[in-house]
Amino acid sequence: MLLAVVWAAGTLNFFIPRLAPKNPIAEKLTQMAGTSGVDPTKIQEMSDAFNAKFGLDRPLWQQYLSYLGDMAQLDFGYSITKYPVQVADLIAAALPWTLGLMISTTLIAFVLGTLLGAAAGWKRNSRTLQILSPLIMVFSAIPFYLLGLVLIYFLAAKAGWFPISGGHGIVSIPEWSWEFAREILHHAVLPSLSIILASIGIWAIGMRGMIVNVQGEDYMTFAEAKGLKPWRLFLRYSMRNALLPQATALALYLGHIVNGAVLVEIVFSYPGLGSLLLDSIKLFDFPTIYGIVFILTLTVAISMLAIDLIYPLLDPRVRVKGLNG
Amino acid sequence: MADAAPVMLASTEAMQGKMPWLIAALRYVHRNPSLGIGIVLLLALALFSGLGRLLVDVSTAVPLSAPPGAAPGPGLLFGSDPQGRNLLSVMILGTWLTIRTGLIAGAIGIVFGSALGLISGYIGGRTDSVITWMIDVLLTVPAILFLVMIAAVVQTGLSSTGMALVVAALAWRKPARAVRSQMLVLRSTGYVEMAKLSGGGPLRIVFLEIVPNLMSFLVSSFVAAVSAAILACVGLEAMGLGPQNEPTLGMTIFWMMEFSAFLQNMWWWILPPVTILIILFVGLYLVNAGLEELSNPRLRQRA
Repeated sequence: MLLAVVWAAGTLNFFIPRLAPKNPIAEKLTQMAGTSGVDPTKIQEMSDAFNAKFGLDRPLWQQYLSYLGDMAQLDFGYSITKYPVQVADLIAAALPWTLGLMISTTLIAFVLGTLLGAAAGWKRNSRTLQILSPLIMVFSAIPFYLLGLVLIYFLAAKAGWFPISGGHGIVSIPEWSWEFAREILHHAVLPSLSIILASIGIWAIGMRGMIVNVQGEDYMTFAEAKGLKPWRLFLRYSMRNALLPQATALALYLGHIVNGAVLVEIVFSYPGLGSLLLDSIKLFDFPTIYGIVFILTLTVAISMLAIDLIYPLLDPRVRVKGLNG
Repeated sequence: MADAAPVMLASTEAMQGKMPWLIAALRYVHRNPSLGIGIVLLLALALFSGLGRLLVDVSTAVPLSAPPGAAPGPGLLFGSDPQGRNLLSVMILGTWLTIRTGLIAGAIGIVFGSALGLISGYIGGRTDSVITWMIDVLLTVPAILFLVMIAAVVQTGLSSTGMALVVAALAWRKPARAVRSQMLVLRSTGYVEMAKLSGGGPLRIVFLEIVPNLMSFLVSSFVAAVSAAILACVGLEAMGLGPQNEPTLGMTIFWMMEFSAFLQNMWWWILPPVTILIILFVGLYLVNAGLEELSNPRLRQRA
C-alpha cells in the first residue's frame, strides 16, 4: 500500500504536467527570441537540441522510468528560481518546520479530542460537556486557515500578543539557544492553536460515538455487574476498545491534516513547505512544486505505515492473526 | 440543496400524520436543530447574495471602481481594497461564485463517484477489487497537492467554472467509496434479489430498485461533496491559483494576504470574507449532520 501510494503520487506527478499542451522549452525560447532578436527559424533547431539534452526526445516510457529512478533517490533536480540550489536542499531546510508543526499539533489535538470525546460519551449528562461538545464540533467544520486568519486578526494584529507571521523573529539568526527556542515557540502558538482548535472536534466526534457504542456491549454490562470500579471500567473497558477505530481514523485523516497544514503555513508565512510551495507557485518554479508535492505525499504514506505498524500493539487480535499467518 | 431538505421532510412526515407540511417540517426541525440552523445559515447567505445583486451594482467588484483602501462609510458599506474594488459587491458576487463552484464540482463528483460506486458494488469480483484499490490509493494522496499541480499547469486564464472542473477531478473519490459500501449492503437485500429473480436487467435494478433507496444518502453525500469542493477551491484560490480576474472569496483572501492587510489594520477587508466562509462551512456541516440523522434515525438515539 505504501509503495502503491508513492507510485501513484509519482506517476500523477509525471503525467499531469505532460497533459498540458504547452512545450516549456519552445515557449521559453520563443520568449527569449522575442527579446534578443534571434532568427525565429532557428528556434525549432534549438528546441530539438534542448529536447535531446534533457532527454525529452526519448519515448515517454523511457522518460517515465528514469523519472521514477530519480524520484526513488529523492533527486528533484534544480530549482529554477534559485538556480544553483537543489530542490532537495530547499525542501530539507523547510521540512523540519512543517514536520514539527504537524506532528506536535496532530498529537495534541488527537489526545485532547479523544479525551474530550470519551468524556462526552461517558458522562452524557454533564452540563459543561453538553455545551462544550457541539461548540467543538462546529469548530471542526471550519478550515484550519480560516480559523488562523481570525486568530491572527484578534490575537496578533489587534491585541499584539503574538507575532503576525513567520517562524522566528526577522532579525534573529537560527541558533541552538534558549532565547531562540523561546522565540520559535512564541511564533508557533497561533498556527498550532488554529490547527488544534479546528481538529479536536474530528477526534471528539469519533471517540464519542465509539464510547457510546461500546457502552451498549454485553461485556460492559457484565463488567458493571461484576462490581468493577467506574474508573477501571472507563479506562480498561471502554477506552481501550474505542481507541482502535480512533487509530484507524488517524491514518485516514493524515492527508486531511497535510492539506490544512499547508494552508496554515501560507496564512502565517511559517517557513515550512507550505510557504515554499506558495513561493514556487508564484514564480512558476515547477521542479520545486513537484518535489514538495512528492515529499508531502511520501510523509503521509510513511505515517500511515507507522500507524499500521503500531496497530498490533494496540490490538492483540491483529497480533495473533499475524503470528498464525 | 437548501430547499430540497424541507420537501423531503414534508413527504416523510405527511405520510405519518395528516398535518400541513410546514408545521410538520417545523416540528421535525425542532427535533433536529442542526438541520434547521444549517438551513437558516445557508438561506441567509443565499439571501445576502441574491438580494444584494438586486440592490447593489455588482459591476463595482472590479478594480478602480471605488477610492482605493477606503474604510467603510455611508456610500461604501464594506469599504474598498487598495485596488479599488467595492468590497460589498465583491462579497455579494464572491459568495455566489464560491457556492456555484462548489455546486458544480460537487455535482460532477457525486455523479461520477456514485456511478463508479454503483458499478463497482454491483458487479463485484475482480472489477470491484481493482476499483476499490484505486480509490483507496487516491484517497490517501493529499488532494490539495494534486489540485495545486493541475491548477499550476492550466493556470493561465482559469475561470471560476474551470476551477470547478479542476476541483471536480478529485471530488468523486469519497462518494464513490461511500456509495460502493452502501451498494454492497443493498445488493443482498430481499427486494433486490426479488427484482433479479423476476428478470429485471442490471440498469433497471440499479435505477429503479437501488437508487431510490439511496436517495437520502446521496443527498447527504452531495452536501458533503459540495463542502469539500468549496474547501479545496478556496484553498487553491488562497494560494493564488484561482481565477485572477474574478472576485471569488478565496481570491479576496489571497489579495488580502498579498497586500498584508493585517499590517495596515484593514479589518473591513479581512473579516467579511472569512466570516462568510465560516458561515458557509458551518452551515453545510450542520445540514449534513442533520441529513445524516434524517437518513439514519439510529444516530438520534445514540447522540
